Amino acid sequence: MKVTQLTVFLENRSGRLAEVADLLGREGINIRGFSTTEAAEYGIVRLIVTDPDRARDLLHEAGFTTHFSQVICVKVPDEPGGLAKVLDELASADVSIDYLYSISFMNICFAVRDIDRAIELLKDKVTLMTDDEVRAL
Amino acid sequence: MSAAPAVRPPRDPDEAGGWYWDPRAERMSVDELRDVQMRRLQATLRQAMEQVPFYGRRFRDAGVTAADLDCPGAVADLPFTVKTDLRDNYPFGMFAVAREEVVRVHASSGTTGNPTVVGYTRDDVHTWSELIARTLAAGGLGPGDLLQNAYGYGLFTGGLGLHYGAELLGCTVLPISGGQTERQVKLMRDFTATGLACTPSYALYLAEAARDRGLGPDDLPVRVGYHGAEPWSNEMRVQIEAGLGIDALDIYGLSEMGGPGVAYECLCKCGMHVNEDHYLVEIVDPETLAPLPEGTVGELVFTTLSRRAQPLIRYRTRDLCSLIYEPCACGRTSARMTKPVGRSDDMLIIRGVNVFPSQIEEVLMSLPDIEPHYQIVVDRKGHLDVVEVWIEVAEEIFPETMGGLERFERGVAKRIYEVLGIQVKVSLKEPRTIKRSEGKAVRVIDKRKLN
Repeated sequence: MKVTQLTVFLENRSGRLAEVADLLGREGINIRGFSTTEAAEYGIVRLIVTDPDRARDLLHEAGFTTHFSQVICVKVPDEPGGLAKVLDELASADVSIDYLYSISFMNICFAVRDIDRAIELLKDKVTLMTDDEVRAL
Repeated sequence: MSAAPAVRPPRDPDEAGGWYWDPRAERMSVDELRDVQMRRLQATLRQAMEQVPFYGRRFRDAGVTAADLDCPGAVADLPFTVKTDLRDNYPFGMFAVAREEVVRVHASSGTTGNPTVVGYTRDDVHTWSELIARTLAAGGLGPGDLLQNAYGYGLFTGGLGLHYGAELLGCTVLPISGGQTERQVKLMRDFTATGLACTPSYALYLAEAARDRGLGPDDLPVRVGYHGAEPWSNEMRVQIEAGLGIDALDIYGLSEMGGPGVAYECLCKCGMHVNEDHYLVEIVDPETLAPLPEGTVGELVFTTLSRRAQPLIRYRTRDLCSLIYEPCACGRTSARMTKPVGRSDDMLIIRGVNVFPSQIEEVLMSLPDIEPHYQIVVDRKGHLDVVEVWIEVAEEIFPETMGGLERFERGVAKRIYEVLGIQVKVSLKEPRTIKRSEGKAVRVIDKRKLN
């Protein structure tokens, strides 16, 4: 039931994350889920991909520092209290959580420096959601 | 090209497994050594005074007469020579012989102004080869060995210096020069190179390149490396030795003294034997210029004793180290110099604390599993000196969580603070983003000088 997660160390330089995504995309490796965490000068990206071994080899060859770890992926009921139920289960047994992130890959939230420009750039190319649309999901 | 001297094999293996090239000179009694030095010193001083106008003036201004030169200890009263003296007499003003007698010139990379030029007579080239033959034999190399010489060939003294000495010793020389790492690794294996000569940072780079190709120390035929031209620590020695599967020996020289061959380690690896019969060595206080006693760290000063084309008197190397006069287990009687701990002109003064880059390197190398790729960046923000230590995050040390990365940064900074007493900011970088050197490593960027 364990799932392999690939973690990549990235310096905060523009285009670095795109390089990772491009590299995997070109080789036909699909990203099923991911999360990013950032500090002032670097960040780490956690990836769930279709072929973790090959993804790691590719990134390693391209000069990235990577790490494999084992995680669990849970189907959480899409209803109020759905996540709480899983968290309570672990908390009551004193199993602490290092981090968690959603791998439903359909809808992604971006925090960007220049939000207006990002919207301008993307609006004709992809579907952007409104506040109401997100709430109605 | 002088008539090739007959190849003679090195003799008398010493206890540590190395050889002597010239056992009579390398093992002469200390009394005999002092006699040789005195005789050669007097000839050198007289030659400098009479043949080099610069020294004629210098000595006259200092009130030194020909008669003074004969007193033992006369050297301690003589003026020093510094790098700018060589630049001021560019190109050939420091020669003590007619230019026609000079068969070779080398020059330092002059990043500012004129380069420093050094000339050699035919005899000088031969003496230089003798001293390199001693150096190589002390690491166990001899006839039949193949030396991969990855020092740069050209105006830099490393390439040709090692080349001529290795030929004199009877080695097969592979004059591959620096760079072309792919080819270095291939030829090293195809030709069964048993010796490697290159800068220590390039040795590490080669080890890394070999590892990237799946080659470990057991896959490489080299058994001894001769590494100089830049300062390196004992921790770095451990890394090179493990990576290439060799004994990594330090060699010391500077172009002003003729290049490599001034001092070298034997396989005991406990200080570099100074070729005292050819170089008179002193340690002085870099501030007061007063001579310092054995074991005290100060600036290394040399007087050439046999160089015909370009004698230099009390040349200030700017390298800081100490001398050991205690006899070495290998049987050589010469004084040994410790690895330079820094340079009197490179010393960083960080908020009033004297810091040598080598001290920061030592801290980094002592951490478990760390990659030795780092750079120190010094800047001034407002009135404060700010030091950043950039370290590449290798997979072996990648802690995988932000908390782990931050703990790692803080741990390194704390260790540096404990050892050196300065606050630094540690910045983690992706692999191979810090510039690799194929020549001299640039470990320190001091932006204060640029502002």
